[in-house]
Amino acid sequence: MADITQVPDRQNLDVNEQAPRFIPRVDICDTGSELLMFADLPGVRPEDIDLRYENGELTLKGKVQPRHQGKAMYRQEYQIGDFERTFELHESIDSRRINAECKDGVLKVHLPKASAFQPVQIKVQG
Amino acid sequence: MISLTRWNPFDPGSLVDQFNDLQRDVNRMLRRWGRDGARLFGVEGALPSLNVWEADSTFHVEAELPGLEMKDVELFITGGNQLRIKTERKPIQVEKGKWLRNERIFGSFVRLIDLPAAVDAEKVKAKLDNGVLHIELPKHESARPRKIDIKTE
Repeated sequence: MADITQVPDRQNLDVNEQAPRFIPRVDICDTGSELLMFADLPGVRPEDIDLRYENGELTLKGKVQPRHQGKAMYRQEYQIGDFERTFELHESIDSRRINAECKDGVLKVHLPKASAFQPVQIKVQG
Repeated sequence: MISLTRWNPFDPGSLVDQFNDLQRDVNRMLRRWGRDGARLFGVEGALPSLNVWEADSTFHVEAELPGLEMKDVELFITGGNQLRIKTERKPIQVEKGKWLRNERIFGSFVRLIDLPAAVDAEKVKAKLDNGVLHIELPKHESARPRKIDIKTE
């Protein structure tokens, strides 16, 4: 299990807010040339996802329409609601090349590292 | 509201009593914080989480299964009113990748749910769109409301 302090995050939760909140589960991988972020966003349409990168922070937020208003729920084990999470990325990202796709309720974000910060093998002259 | 639990260290009760107490405390926390909030404290219920409701003599079961397609899900109806959902989510392999954060859950899961009435297994429909599984289970003929004619002599 990775140490989550490698990519600190915050929820931007207002504890007084009554509306149900969805906290999407996120995996982040460092491939050397880019950071890859996967977020589970079941039932969220791509057009409802607000993804932005600013000052080294990636914010993932969105509004999700409630689906079960006025229904006689026999069992309700999860809430459907808006979400917002911000991740502090310690890597320097080339923001112009960030791209994302969403398929089967999973958001996949490619965050290419700025080339100056990619690991470089330096040949030592003899 | 917090209820006071009497705790006698010399007689904690049977194992079943202790589990019931623990379950009650967990449920109370889940109600207060919501499922996602409770997860912040490391509390997780059975997976996948389900929402179940009834409308027009049909039961509806919804589960969040991001990253899965219908072929990754098996559904069984047993005993007339029992639904079994079997899913498997395989982790993603990233070549030469180092994971900085791992929150998503992978693996095989089985959920067994008793519905309040028998369903017609032949008429069950299911679809999985955008990571949300929706199952429609029409009640069995014998479980539908019947109007009773009262005969008068």
